[in-house]
Order: sequence, then C-alpha cells, then structure tokens
Amino acid sequence: MQPALITIDARPSTLQFLWRELRIGVPLCFAVAGFLSLVFRDPFGITLLYSLCIGLLIQAVIQGGRYAMVAVQRRLSTQADTAAGAWPGWHWMAPWIAVSVPLGYVAGMALADLLTHQNHTVHLIGGSSRTLAVIFIVSIALSASVTYFFYSRGRIASIEAAAEAARRAAAENQLKLLESQLEPHMLFNTLANLRVLIGLDAPRAQAMLDHLIAFLRATLQASRTGSHTLAEEFQRINDYLALMQVRMGPRLTVSLTLPDSLRALPVPTLLLQPLVENAILHGLEPKIEGGHIEITAQAEGPQLVLSVRDTGVGLKADRSTAGTGFGTTHVTERLRTLFGDQAELSLRPANDAQTGALAGVTAGTVACVRMPVRAPSAQPQPKASSAQANPRL
Amino acid sequence: MTTLPRALIAEDEPLLAAALQADLQRLWPELHIAATVGDGLSAVAQSLALRPDVCFLDIRMPGQTGLEAAQALAEDWPEDVAFPLLVFVTAYDQYALQAFDAHAVDYLVKPVDSTRLAACVARLQRRLGDRIVLSSGPAHATSTASTAGNTGALDNTLAQLRALLSAAHAPSATAPVPRLEVIQAAVGATVHMVPVATVLYFEAADKYVRVVTAEREHLIRLSLKELMPQLDPQQFWQVHRGLVVRATAISTAVRDESGKVLLSLRGRSERLTASRLYAHLFKGM
Repeated sequence: MQPALITIDARPSTLQFLWRELRIGVPLCFAVAGFLSLVFRDPFGITLLYSLCIGLLIQAVIQGGRYAMVAVQRRLSTQADTAAGAWPGWHWMAPWIAVSVPLGYVAGMALADLLTHQNHTVHLIGGSSRTLAVIFIVSIALSASVTYFFYSRGRIASIEAAAEAARRAAAENQLKLLESQLEPHMLFNTLANLRVLIGLDAPRAQAMLDHLIAFLRATLQASRTGSHTLAEEFQRINDYLALMQVRMGPRLTVSLTLPDSLRALPVPTLLLQPLVENAILHGLEPKIEGGHIEITAQAEGPQLVLSVRDTGVGLKADRSTAGTGFGTTHVTERLRTLFGDQAELSLRPANDAQTGALAGVTAGTVACVRMPVRAPSAQPQPKASSAQANPRL
Repeated sequence: MTTLPRALIAEDEPLLAAALQADLQRLWPELHIAATVGDGLSAVAQSLALRPDVCFLDIRMPGQTGLEAAQALAEDWPEDVAFPLLVFVTAYDQYALQAFDAHAVDYLVKPVDSTRLAACVARLQRRLGDRIVLSSGPAHATSTASTAGNTGALDNTLAQLRALLSAAHAPSATAPVPRLEVIQAAVGATVHMVPVATVLYFEAADKYVRVVTAEREHLIRLSLKELMPQLDPQQFWQVHRGLVVRATAISTAVRDESGKVLLSLRGRSERLTASRLYAHLFKGM
C-alpha cells in the first residue's frame, strides 16, 4: 500500500513502490499463517501460501481501487489537493474495503487452490455461513487496520512535507532580507572608508566603527526580535545614516524628528530601514549634487505616521537601479501581517510645497508608513529599558 | 618627451578619493594627479579637457557609471592623443569582476590594499613605458609611430570595452521586455502615433530621444537606455552611445582615418557618425 507520499517523492522506482506496498502486507500474512498453523495444526507451508495469496490479492484489490478512485477524483476536480495525498476519503474507502475483502479472499483462495491442486474454495463457499462471516469480518478488520496505518502515515508525511516547505520558504525569506540589509556594496564601501579613516583620523574611525557595530548588531538581531521602541528605531537609522554621511561627505544631509511623546511607542524592528536605504540608494546616491533625507514621526489621531522624505532623483528617474522592489514589498508584507489593513505604506513623488520649502527643489520621493498607535504597555518593557541602559553599543 | 605621467581619479566618496590619491603619491611619486572628480559626467569632461595618461574610474558613481564614462571617452577621445589607460574601481560587483577578469581589464577592489595597488601601478608603469618606447623611435618617424602605438592600444581598449558593455547589458536581457510597436510622441495636447516600423533612427538629446522617420521627427521623454531594450536589436543597431539606427535604412558606411564611420541613409540627407566602438559592425562580407 502506498501512503500519501506523493508530495515528497514524485516518482518512486518500482522497487521502492513494491517495498512500500509489501512491507506490512507480507509480514502480516506470515503472522496469520503462523497463528493458523499453531491453532489448527495445519502444515505451515501450505497455510502460508494460502495466507499470502489471499492477503496480497485483497491488498491488490483495495489499492487498485484506491488509485483508480484517486485518479478519477483528480480528473474531476480542478483543485490540487496535495495535503490529502493519494487518498479518496473514508466514505469511498470503507465500502470499497468491505467489497474488496470477500472478493480478494475468494479469488486468493481459488489461486492457492490452483497452485496446490486442492479444493478449499468450494468447501468454503459451500460451508457454514457463520464460518464465512467470521473469516470475512476478521479479514475486513485486518485490512481496514492496515489501510488506516498507511493512511495516517501518508497524512503525517504530507503534513511534515508542508511544514518543511513552509520552513524553507521562511528561511529563504530571512536570508533574502538579511542579504538586502547587509548589501555587500554598502558593507565594503563602508569598510573601505573605515580603512582610510583609521590612518587619517582615529577618533572618527572609532566613532564610525561604533555606528557600524550597532548597525550590524541591529540587522542581525532584527530577525529574532519582533519590535522595539521608536526611539531605538531612530537610533538604528541614525547609525546607518551616520555611515552613509561618512561615505557621501557633504553630499548627504540628514534630519531626524522624533517627538518625545512618541519615543516609547513600539514599532516593528527596523521597519523603516529598507525605506531609508531606498531613499539613499535610488534617490540620493544617483544624484550628482546629493541631497537631504528627512525622517519624521508624528501621531495623527489614532495613527502613527512615519515618513522618509528625500530630495533625490525621484521615483521615475532612476529606473536603471530600480532593483526588484524587495524593500518596499518587504515593508508592505510586514505591515499586513502585523496590522492587517489598518496599516499601509505609500510611495509618492515629493513635489509638494513642503519639499519646496525643505530644499528648494521639486524632485524627490516620500515613503510614508501609517500604522495604528499601540499602547507601549502592551509590549514587554525590558527591551525599552535595555535600550536606555545601553544607548550606544 | 619626458613629461611626467598624469592621472585622473573619478570616485564619488571623498575619503576614498583622497586615500587613493595619497596611496598613489606614495607608490608612484612622479605621477601627477591632474584632477579628482566625484561623478561620471565630470569624469568624461575633465578627462577630455586634461587628457590624463591614466584614469581611475569608480564603477558606481552618480551621473553615469564608470563603464559608461569609459564608453564616452572611447567615443569622443581625440585621435592624435594617446588613449588613457583605464583602471576600474569597485567595492562589490560580481558580474563586473568576472567580466574584468575575462577580458584582462585593470581593476581595483575596494578596500584597496597596498600590495594590489603596487602591482597595478607596476603594470601601468610598464604599459606607459611601452608607449614611450614606441613613440620615441627614429626622430622623423615619431608621429607615425606614435599614432600606430596609439591605435594598437586603443584597439585593444575598444575590444575590452565592447566585451564589458555587452556583459553589462546581458543581465537585463534575461527579463524579456515586450517589443515596442508604436511610439507615442506628445506635442502639446496632440499625441502622434509613430509606428516603430517607420522609424529610421533614434538619437539621444539631453533627457529626450529624437525619433526620426523619413518625413519628420518627434521628441519623446525617455532615455535611450530605457528605449533600447524595447527595440529589436536585429533591426536597430546601436552605432554610438547616443544613436540607434535601423540597419536597413543605412545605404553606405565610410570609415575615416580616425576609426569613425560615416553613415548615409536612405530617405534622409543628413549623415550620421558611428563611433569607433561600433565601427566593427560595418565590414565588408
């Protein structure tokens, strides 16, 4: 009998198939033969032959019917029900087992009669109906147990396979996120700057290294901790921007605005990081004269509004380095998972009056996150206090 | 003849530019840093103005990439001056590094360590030395020998650049872009529908592209770089970084002594110029 392993092994070899089908059936036939020859003192060899013929034929009929039913079901239904595996359902299988057992039993006995030149089948059918009923009921019970065994094994296997696939997808996503956060180009350019600073200005090199350490630590821990305070979020963004300021020199100016009343609010860890990176990578780095990036937090009624505004080349201009959109997709997905449709990320050109006042230019981009304000008490406190005890790692 | 070698550094990160300059001065005291620029456009303008012997070009720069700057230099470099030796500088770019290795292009990986920079300097010095030997032959033959040496080096550089550019364009080719059938060119409130099949050539003009048909021309607000993937490369040949021509519209191609190719078109009176980088497209069968 083949358990519902379809999802794991697409196409087992004939040998594997036979092993799966027979590894329970054949030992069971041996056990039945041993039991019968012990009780009725029949010769073991002959009993075993009958037992095997009957047992395997019953199994063949049940399994053949099961595969046929699955095939028909697959053809009829359009939805691929992979979790159920090759299982048509008990409402089909139970009657089928009840039919298969007498059928297989009689056919198996006839086959064994043919092989041994005996005549048990005629005696059985012509014999007492009570004996016949007992034999069939015992056989049906055995067959049902064996079928149930394969059914549950198949279910467990397909559940495990689904869990494994989910685990793999999660790990892949994590890796992709980490890769996007630890972008090699950024990392090696930062290290190159650090290498120069060590010889040039040791205290500044040390300060830069501190920012890099804090940035790396936060990035590597981001996957493990769900949320931290907004103050901490701004601190980490400040680390990243400090690194970028060393690299870009006067081409990058920065302002971060965080009202004191919002400092303790919990936010998903490094939620804004991809947006800040996008503003630098696709907005300001491609622009010859550089520009300004402004990150603000404000409360609007029940909502927390976090915005990342740059005076870069704008949304449309930088198609060549537009990338895969992984950053914004990631932020959107995180918001949806955490807040459903109560939170949103919007991207728009920053050609409104505010940007004009900001830097006297019209181009640029605003990325804006709106999410519900959650009471800080709803979150475990230790994270916030540890951040205060250790503000600069 | 014994003028000191001069170099240009194009690097957008000020600390890295200063450090490269300092390291070069230590390892190669006679090298004069003619200019340090922070973007790809200035790199080309300053190189053409100052005509250095060596250019260090960062790959990722604002304005245009180091590779695009190299292409512009190869196309616009005056023929009577030796083409500068190019050294690309990059922090991390697997594709670029593979291409550099494959075509024996000089490059430095950031952070630049002294040993690698010293090796690079030694190689540059040797190649500059070869040039001087070539150009300081018998006095009367100086100018021709110099030109010959220059064209040899330039041909080599052109071949490398061609390979690098095609490698750089390859990754984008993996995501197929639908072919453009009709150009929508807006003039005021009117949109002209120009079938691509009637277009003779596209020419980059600042932030626009000129779309030229036999009868008239239109301006569209799109860069040539954005437009190119949507054109059939069999039909439209790039013959210059700013010029894409329908191959069947070209009637004759005449190569001049500088390596450029003058193209005459069917149905248009103006002549177009194919740069040295694309002159290899026009060879007799």
